[in-house]
Amino acid sequence: MTEREAAPQVSAAAAPEPAVEPVLAAENLVKHFPADNGQVVHAVNGVSFSIRPGEVLGMVGESGSGKSTVGRMVLRLLKPTSGTVRFRGRDISALPERECRPLRADMSIVFQDPWGALNPRMKVSALIGEPLKLHTPLSSAERRRRVEELADRVHLSTAFLDRYTADLSGGQLQRVCIARAIATNPKLVVLDEPTSSLDLSVRAGILELLAELRDETQVAMLFISHDLGTVRLISDRIVVLYLGSIVEYAAAQEVFERPAHPYTQALISAHLPPDPRARLTRHVLEGEIPSPIDLPEGCPFAARCPVVQPRCGQEVPQMVPVGDDGHRAACLRIPEGGNQIPR
Amino acid sequence: MALLQVDDLQTRFISRDLDNQVRVAKAINGVGFSLGRGEVLGLVGETGAGKSLTAQSMIGLLRPPAKVVDGLVEFDGRDLLSMDPGALNALRGNEIALVVQNPLTSLDPLTRIGDQLIRVHRAHRKVSVAQARERAIDMMAAVGIPAPERRMRAWPHELSGGMAQRVLIAMALINEPKLLIADEPTTGLDVTVQAQILDLLRDMVRRMDMAAIVITHDLGVVAHYCDRMAVMFAGAIVESGPVDSVFAGPAHPYTQALISATPERLALGSGAIVGGPPPDLYALPEGCHYRGRCPHAAEVCGSAPPDREIGAGQVARCHFAGNLPAAFQ
Ligand SMILES: Nc1ncnc2c1ncn2[C@@H]1O[C@H](COP(=O)(O)OP(=O)(O)OP(=O)(O)O)[C@@H](O)[C@H]1O
Ligand SMILES: Nc1ncnc2c1ncn2[C@@H]1O[C@H](COP(=O)(O)OP(=O)(O)OP(=O)(O)O)[C@@H](O)[C@H]1O
Ligand code: SF4
Ligand SMILES: [Mg+2]
Ligand SMILES: [Mg+2]
Repeated sequence: MTEREAAPQVSAAAAPEPAVEPVLAAENLVKHFPADNGQVVHAVNGVSFSIRPGEVLGMVGESGSGKSTVGRMVLRLLKPTSGTVRFRGRDISALPERECRPLRADMSIVFQDPWGALNPRMKVSALIGEPLKLHTPLSSAERRRRVEELADRVHLSTAFLDRYTADLSGGQLQRVCIARAIATNPKLVVLDEPTSSLDLSVRAGILELLAELRDETQVAMLFISHDLGTVRLISDRIVVLYLGSIVEYAAAQEVFERPAHPYTQALISAHLPPDPRARLTRHVLEGEIPSPIDLPEGCPFAARCPVVQPRCGQEVPQMVPVGDDGHRAACLRIPEGGNQIPR
Repeated sequence: MALLQVDDLQTRFISRDLDNQVRVAKAINGVGFSLGRGEVLGLVGETGAGKSLTAQSMIGLLRPPAKVVDGLVEFDGRDLLSMDPGALNALRGNEIALVVQNPLTSLDPLTRIGDQLIRVHRAHRKVSVAQARERAIDMMAAVGIPAPERRMRAWPHELSGGMAQRVLIAMALINEPKLLIADEPTTGLDVTVQAQILDLLRDMVRRMDMAAIVITHDLGVVAHYCDRMAVMFAGAIVESGPVDSVFAGPAHPYTQALISATPERLALGSGAIVGGPPPDLYALPEGCHYRGRCPHAAEVCGSAPPDREIGAGQVARCHFAGNLPAAFQ
């Protein structure tokens, strides 16, 4: 593969012991949406993974591969068509809407666009206090204290608490969103492209904050992003999604250094490290992700795969182990060559 | 001689506030650079730094209240700032092409893409429809659109983001421009599609011996697709030079902060992140505009910093450029 700089010294901490009960276990999640003319969008097609306390699971994949849909299903903002979401051991996939509400204190979400996510007519203090008002019995004085604590926690000057969102920058607004998301000490936070709309230095500050929160509160995070550099930096493990299916799953460094699936290989090779000395080995992909309306038979990647074989159009590849440490990928050619798929 | 020479470009937003007082935002403050044929310049800097505005100022695309108040823009021996709007219009889409973000909003939704290509070509060339059509099909093939003849009949909404960006590039290049300005040409596209588009742009620039300016937030794009780079802060270029030298030894504290903030170089928990709000364009500080955020600011920074030559072609606008500790290994 590509020659690169030494890996950044971050989040390389050993994955938590397997004995630890996962906060979240998604099993075989499927989501279909109705489309025009009675057709069906196969947005998510059997996705399984788990996240342990204090773990950041990165999720990457092209636009339309189903990342946000998975994120919304595990929070039960969206009901899975089938499959199980186990949150702290409890199956929440079929809970009626009403019974999902108490869960909102234990799980939360941060979106890409902090401008759109916050009500411009509410003061920052009210925005951060809102989840506390909904989910805790705190008095208004206690709430104010907690809001100040939270502002401090996300490194937002308390001077902003009595301002409206129009006075805050994108980075500051994203800190408000994060303060809201952690207000009730949730066990799981889904971050859907939380830094994509932010400048580099602002983004760096938010990543630093998230890493800090993870270490101090042991909150589990599902971190969805298009930016491979960011995902590598913040994640312990990474899942790669393609057309609604997981094609690879491994420790973050492993995904970058020994990608096994041909799609992951192409994805990683298309990443441009900000260093002119890094040599690029291009595995150029032709075409674009197919429509999830007519799901292809066999391997979802077959139409674009540079090492496709006739059987790839018939058999659906299962996740199989590649090397050690739980690294797995779904490609029919893996058993022949381990992670050295013949090219 | 350079194909494009920009000197001391100054752009202002001039408005009146409620008390009828004139307010002036100094949005572009003395931008200067030159660009030769076959050269690709990467223009970077945080949001609001003035990257798009620099391009718009150069080629007469400013809208009131924005106005170029000083400077020189010389393109292929002609002074663009004093050119009349009609002549400038004839130059755009012909000798100078612009590719912007959001390909879908830049295409005419009510015209088939083939007809849009033909229209752009015939607007600047005396050719028959049949000849223009042939040229359009060739261009679509050249930018990697499969089955170009059939795709000529496609409507913009039928295209994916990547395909739409290819069409825009075909349209920009159909008249063989001498200068291509690409403003965030791949923002919002998938990584794998981004790579296809960037490879395409680079091949076309080489093949047609164009000069190109690529405006981007992505330092990876600059590192791998540009020859030289210019770093903007508060409407000025604070550092410029060959890509290799700037990445190896950024000399301006802002460039150092920018490169250090890329996730690939970031060490979380080191507390080394330098950020902060951009300066107020209505009340820029005396002296160095980066002063308020600069970890090296000293008393001398209250006076305007000089452009210091650091090495071959590398220049940084800082009192201490060349004498600062290395930003990283
Ligand atoms: N409510 C809906 N109705 C119909 N189709 C939907 C709906 N929500 C999502 N989809 C479709 O499901 C697929 C997966 O969408 P999703 O938003 O999860 O992708 P994503 O990976 O998050 O993409 P992006 O990177 O662009 O955010 C897409 O084809 C999308 O068009
Ligand atoms: N009407 C206006 N009045 C005053 N200032 C304005 C006006 N329109 C734009 N500006 C300012 O001009 C500056 C330059 O903006 P420009 O669009 O060139 O930035 P950019 O570097 O391209 O940023 P981005 O990366 O976000 O595209 C910004 O600071 C913006 O706030
Ligand atoms: S001139 Fe002074 S304030 Fe400006 S960048 Fe250099 S050291 Fe910093
Ligand atoms: Mg999404
Ligand atoms: Mg811009």
